Amino acid sequence: MIRIPKTLPAAAPITAIRQDNYRTKTFTFDARLDATPGQFVMAWLPRFDEKPFSLVSADPVALMISAVGPATRLMHELAVGDKLWLRGPFGHGFDAPADQRRIALVAGGYGVAPLLWLARHELGRRDEITVILGARSVQELLYADDLRALASERAGSTAVRLALATEDGSAGRRGLVTDVLQPLLDAGEVDGIYACGPHGMLVALEGLSRRYAIPGQLSWEAYMRCGVGICGACEHDGAVLCLDGPVLSVTP
Amino acid sequence: MNRLQVDFLGVPLNTPLVLASGIWGTTASLLERAARAGCGAVTAKSCGPVPRAGHVNPSCLDWGHGLINAIGLANPGVEAEAAMLAQARQTLAELGVPLIASIFAGSPSEFGAVAESIASSRPAFVEVNVSCPNVASEFGEPFAASPQAAAEVTAAVKAVLAPKGIPVIVKLAPNVPSIARIAHAVVEAGADALCAINTMPGMVIDAESGQPILANRSGGLSGPALKPIALKCVYDLHKACPDTPIIGVGGVTTGIDAIEMIMAGATAVGVGSAIYYRGHDAITQIVAEMDAWAEAHRIANVSTLRGAAHHEPHYDASPTGAPIPAAH
Ligand SMILES: Cc1cc2nc3c(=O)[nH]c(=O)nc-3n(C[C@H](O)[C@H](O)[C@H](O)COP(=O)(O)OP(=O)(O)OC[C@H]3O[C@@H](n4cnc5c(N)ncnc54)[C@H](O)[C@@H]3O)c2cc1C
Ligand SMILES: Cc1cc2nc3c(=O)[nH]c(=O)nc-3n(C[C@H](O)[C@H](O)[C@H](O)COP(=O)(O)O)c2cc1C
Ligand code: FES
Repeated sequence: MIRIPKTLPAAAPITAIRQDNYRTKTFTFDARLDATPGQFVMAWLPRFDEKPFSLVSADPVALMISAVGPATRLMHELAVGDKLWLRGPFGHGFDAPADQRRIALVAGGYGVAPLLWLARHELGRRDEITVILGARSVQELLYADDLRALASERAGSTAVRLALATEDGSAGRRGLVTDVLQPLLDAGEVDGIYACGPHGMLVALEGLSRRYAIPGQLSWEAYMRCGVGICGACEHDGAVLCLDGPVLSVTP
Repeated sequence: MNRLQVDFLGVPLNTPLVLASGIWGTTASLLERAARAGCGAVTAKSCGPVPRAGHVNPSCLDWGHGLINAIGLANPGVEAEAAMLAQARQTLAELGVPLIASIFAGSPSEFGAVAESIASSRPAFVEVNVSCPNVASEFGEPFAASPQAAAEVTAAVKAVLAPKGIPVIVKLAPNVPSIARIAHAVVEAGADALCAINTMPGMVIDAESGQPILANRSGGLSGPALKPIALKCVYDLHKACPDTPIIGVGGVTTGIDAIEMIMAGATAVGVGSAIYYRGHDAITQIVAEMDAWAEAHRIANVSTLRGAAHHEPHYDASPTGAPIPAAH
């Protein structure tokens, strides 16, 4: 098993590929690194492009890749035994204070990648983990089965609740993840909000976090160049997302 | 006057540290962040006549002894840049930190036009980037490679900025046979100050794929590996043009690195890759280390150290010379 460096990309052999939805696969590699949920790696296709992906797990390294453009479509053509070149981990991940007994994990689209790992990581450390998983429709949903399995596992004292929301109502409740979260906030059932997903969803959650004065940690996305905090390409609100983020705490 | 305050072309800098071009200088909030961290002046990312996407990734890598980058001068174009800088300049003015705009272009006349546009944001200085190694496929050999070409660009920018009272800094490349010759040419053509050095061309190849890793194939080295090269260039420049202020940049990661750069002849010291090596507090740490060093060595002001490396001690004795090697 190879160790992924932060320096030059290392060729990591693919050991397993799982089809998650019509355009998304999870790749597992014969590789590991030390990282926390929310950190990301850069994945290189020689002489083509290099793209950031959140870690789904660190040992072994697993990445969930949605085919949305040229680089990710080429990555989907890789088979078990092929290599993808990885370097990392980069950025700062989620860091939940121990006194938050009941946390909500809010995922939109492929934003679920770091949150599945976070949910696993927090098992046994919280009284309650509520995962709110949103997508446009049932075809777009990701990792619902993994999260259901986690919810039935009941590790230690932690209760895991899973709530689905789709915009067309084809799975779970019809509506947005914020429609599910808001009643929980009204009822005072959440001590901390952890989220990753599309920009609009994060902006809405930032508003809720401030309005209800519930601490929030949100994982933002931006086009990344240097990936190490110096070029300024990924600036967001005065922070560089590749170094200070991608997870930023909501400022009150 | 505090230990670290220096005078740069008549403008007081609270510390000698200058945020190097291409590091953080893409937005007003990041320029402000560098100023608050302790930079005496901040340089914006280089901008050109029109928006440029730059190269795809990988565009910046840690190769073990430094960084290598080929960002490829990604920038929003001078018009958008001028608007951003006008906004940045106001916050920076409140902090007492002068703004350095940085420009590049494809010909002397185009340089003049970009200088004209950027001047509307009223930066304290304009730095002329004639030395980016990562755009050769479009712009050819950098202007910094030839004394005549560098002088022509300098003259074109100077003609535009002199009437507006904006001093011109020319940023030089290390990979030339004689950096002193280039310096003489640009100072003669009107450069008020020099900045040295830009990155040093290099390449990293991945053995597994047999391919260059950077999308641009080659890039520019920065960080620790660059320091001895930068010290030599600044030393040569100070010797060649002792009256011209120099921003010494390349591999400065600690306060003592910065002191060494001043000893080589720099008036101010650029920092870039240090933010990668020491995190976002790098600037604050370097300032604190410079101050501590100056205090420990009872230096009233770091500008008294400028060029110290050129003032060698004199002994009445001479050392035993090295022996002539015997043939074996
Ligand atoms: C920190 C971070 C974590 C990510 N994690 C995942 C993940 O776990 N799974 C996943 O499928 N995708 C993830 N992404 C997004 C992924 O990097 C893009 O989908 C990918 O770059 C698309 O490349 P492409 O050439 O296939 O498509 P493109 O045609 O390049 O782009 C398609 C879409 O992806 C966006 N995008 C392109 N390049 C980047 C970049 N360098 N950084 C950010 N966004 C970009 C574009 O804005 C566009 O909306 C993450 C992005 C970031 C910044
Ligand atoms: C990611 C990156 C981008 C850069 N972009 C520019 C630029 O746009 N203009 C410029 O004059 N120099 C640019 N440089 C060069 C730096 O300003 C500096 O000269 C060089 O990095 C050496 O200093 P350092 O070792 O402290 O980083 C860039 C350097 C890096 C690492
Ligand atoms: S990509 Fe984040 S600062 Fe360069």
